[in-house]
Amino acid sequence: MTKSEYVVEMRKITKDFGGFKANDQVDLKVKPGEIHALLGENGAGKSTLMNILSGLLEPTSGEILLNGEPVKIDSPTAANRLGIGMVHQHFMLVDAFTVTENIILGNEPSHLGVIDRKKAEKEIKELSDKYGLAVDPTAKVRDISVGMQQRAEILKTLYRGANILIFDEPTAVLTPQEIEELIEIMKSLVAEGKSIILITHKLDEIRHAADRCTVIRRGKSIDTVEVKGTTSEELAEMMVGHSVTFKIPKAPAQIGTPILNVKGLKVNESRGLPAVKGIDFTVHAGEILGIAGIDGNGQTELIEALTGLRKVVGGAVVIKGKDVTNAAVRKITETGVAHVPEDRQKYGLVLQMSLSENLALQTYYQAPISHHGILNYHEMRQEALRLIKEYDIRTTNEQLRAGELSGGNQQKAIVARELDRNADLVIVAQPTRGLDVGAIEYIHRQLIDQRDQGKAILLVSFELDEIMNLSDRIIVLHDGKIAGEVRPETTTEQELGLLMAGSSKQAAAQEVK
Amino acid sequence: MLKVSQPVKRILVPLISIFLGFLVGAIVMLIFSYSPIQAYASMFQGALGSMSGIGETLRQATPLIFTALGFSVAYSAGFFNIGMSGQALAGWVASIWVALAFPSLPTYVLLPLAIIVGALAGGFVGAIPGVLRAFFGTSEVIVTIMLNYVVLYTSTYLLQNVMPKSFRSSTDSTQTITSHASLRMGWLQNAFGGSRINAGLFLALIAIIIFWIMMKKTTLGFEIRSVGMNPFASEYAGMSSKKTIIMSMVISGVLSGLGGVVEGLGTYQNFFTQTSSLSIGFDGMSVALLGGGSALGILLASLLFSILKIGGLGMQTGAGVPFEIVNIVIAAIIFFVAIDYVIGLLFKQKKAKDADAGAKPEQVIHQPKGGTEV
Ligand SMILES: Nc1ncnc2c1ncn2[C@@H]1O[C@H](COP(=O)(O)OP(=O)(O)OP(=O)(O)O)[C@@H](O)[C@H]1O
Ligand SMILES: [Mg+2]
Repeated sequence: MTKSEYVVEMRKITKDFGGFKANDQVDLKVKPGEIHALLGENGAGKSTLMNILSGLLEPTSGEILLNGEPVKIDSPTAANRLGIGMVHQHFMLVDAFTVTENIILGNEPSHLGVIDRKKAEKEIKELSDKYGLAVDPTAKVRDISVGMQQRAEILKTLYRGANILIFDEPTAVLTPQEIEELIEIMKSLVAEGKSIILITHKLDEIRHAADRCTVIRRGKSIDTVEVKGTTSEELAEMMVGHSVTFKIPKAPAQIGTPILNVKGLKVNESRGLPAVKGIDFTVHAGEILGIAGIDGNGQTELIEALTGLRKVVGGAVVIKGKDVTNAAVRKITETGVAHVPEDRQKYGLVLQMSLSENLALQTYYQAPISHHGILNYHEMRQEALRLIKEYDIRTTNEQLRAGELSGGNQQKAIVARELDRNADLVIVAQPTRGLDVGAIEYIHRQLIDQRDQGKAILLVSFELDEIMNLSDRIIVLHDGKIAGEVRPETTTEQELGLLMAGSSKQAAAQEVK
Repeated sequence: MLKVSQPVKRILVPLISIFLGFLVGAIVMLIFSYSPIQAYASMFQGALGSMSGIGETLRQATPLIFTALGFSVAYSAGFFNIGMSGQALAGWVASIWVALAFPSLPTYVLLPLAIIVGALAGGFVGAIPGVLRAFFGTSEVIVTIMLNYVVLYTSTYLLQNVMPKSFRSSTDSTQTITSHASLRMGWLQNAFGGSRINAGLFLALIAIIIFWIMMKKTTLGFEIRSVGMNPFASEYAGMSSKKTIIMSMVISGVLSGLGGVVEGLGTYQNFFTQTSSLSIGFDGMSVALLGGGSALGILLASLLFSILKIGGLGMQTGAGVPFEIVNIVIAAIIFFVAIDYVIGLLFKQKKAKDADAGAKPEQVIHQPKGGTEV
């Protein structure tokens, strides 16, 4: 083996998607035993570059060296053989299978043609213990949390002998607690001599976890820097090409009339157990009400009930004076509601349809996109082009399938579609999940603009920063009930954290003092 | 591996599939010591060699176009309609019944009436699994298969026990309908050497055009495709997946029902006891899948299918190939066309991803949730 300073060296990688260069002469050099961050705007070409390294895509040109040796990675199997494993942005697990079954899928250890499950389970348990992953190999994937599913993905790559691990936005779906644990896991992996490439939009994670960072902008590599000695502002500027404001200044709220009234609302989750246990709140025109809380405390069910996607079992939802409790989705939408759903791939988009059809998903049945049930595709395209321009959705053209947009641009498309409808009540869940800092700034500005135009905004987010920066008032949801209401000016992240964990408001205030 | 562009591939792959099918058929015939050349010659002679042959081929294609369109509509909404046999049979019985009940009404009243009642009967049978799936989540596969039997035996019961005796010529068949209810047209039959070709063909061509407009240009088609691809996002966008599934099944049933109507009012001019589910129901599925769900594809696939069927008869009489071998040959051809996906792999596509991206949204048939390519 030739000794090289780098485990992975990607040289002048270019990937051309029918005339559009998602990667344009990109260079990436990863040292052994380091966590190497890959930073770039939405659609900059990070996933594409990593898909090339893991054998899912073939580069148009360029070469890849592992430990100084040129290699050809033409399939995921080849990548596996070379010790490269990838944990994808969107997990690739079979719900109905156990963790073990998922991990061994494709290269099942067998004895005389019979799968040796016990042996596999034992090996997986050992691996899991070694790196402190605490995954139960016998659990079904659909029964474990998102964080655990991700660890199953990590185990899968380790089980296949990966030496170079690629994480594509691993923290976008995790809670702050899980993120910390993941960073610990990654550190223990590099301590064992493995190398990690980490894609993330969160600059403080890079500062926390990574040793070096390569910045990509619009398909071109800009620079590779040591993380120590570089500030978040510098990283952000390198990434978007101009300076970025992290906290958007906003004028005091001009509170208007109540737009959304929720009274004694009760909602069950899918298995029929109570998820929202009788809550009351109001959102007024001209204000942003933030709902903070740890994932799984009733937020999802609350939003689904407000937008008509889930049955209300008790209480009432009143929008602009109209009782819309258990009304049909379209009726609620037409009352003047925009909704950016939490799960963008399941609810927000029809991935196989084109971007322009997706942008018309809420308006296809109205003029000017259709008349008397006949669609006007020309008009639909014109509308799409306008939204793409106005909301800076990075795409080759409006006919691209939504599934082929980069993760962040999928989100931008949904935000564009929803905010453009000029609804009086804007319900947004995790609006900036997976977005780069530039795009986050943009969407935050949009939300504040909407507020200043007198719209009522209900914001659900697991990101405390986001809640603190945007909200005029914050309610904290814990176990399906409101644990307390606070104002961002007078509260601290610490107090919020305690409320989210279930302390009462007085106790939380006490403790903070 | 050959490098070709997407449009070329879309034409080349079915052609190669058809060729391979014929090749395997030839090998089978050689094994059983029949002359493939003679057999294929008599196949094309039978199907296309005379005006009456062409007429019969077109006549055979007519109901297949209807059932294939019906299958495609439901399939686009994510619904696997295996019940087209039953829906077609319902259409057949209902239209004949109307025709026999009002034999002396003028043509411009009776013919449309019989057609509409037949279509509605098909739509009704199609609605049942749609409603069951929409409201109770019942698997349409089982319900539609079972309904095929229900309709089959009900049709015999109606014929033998419920229809007025005067409608029947024997226990096993009805009287022939009057010319007022018939889809046959003298000039057309004469032009095609006295074959049973009838005005149903024109209805089928109109149906193809309506299908194309509906799927590509209307909000209903947009909803059907959207619900088929992602029911969750469709609900989120305010579409009712219940309503859309039922609608698509009613439309599917109406189209299948029309397939039965043209058999009754066009081909046979009466109804007679059926001993097994109508083959046009199942053949329609194959035609839809071969045609890739597009309007033009369905038209071409239905023609290929009827050439095989009608020509198959010619193979028996002209080349002495037994019926069973003929069916093997037909099956081989269908098999290769159906696995054109595999044949497609022979081509290394240029710019695989983006060419695909452009093509997919235009297509009506898609793979429901990661299903297999057909
Ligand atoms: N199959 C494809 N066909 C055409 N264009 C594509 C395809 N896949 C990706 N692209 C385009 O390539 C660009 C880069 O996409 P990529 O997914 O690599 O971005 P990313 O840096 O991972 O962004 P994000 O942070 O939003 O996930 C995007 O503009 C995307 O639309
Ligand atoms: Mg990405």
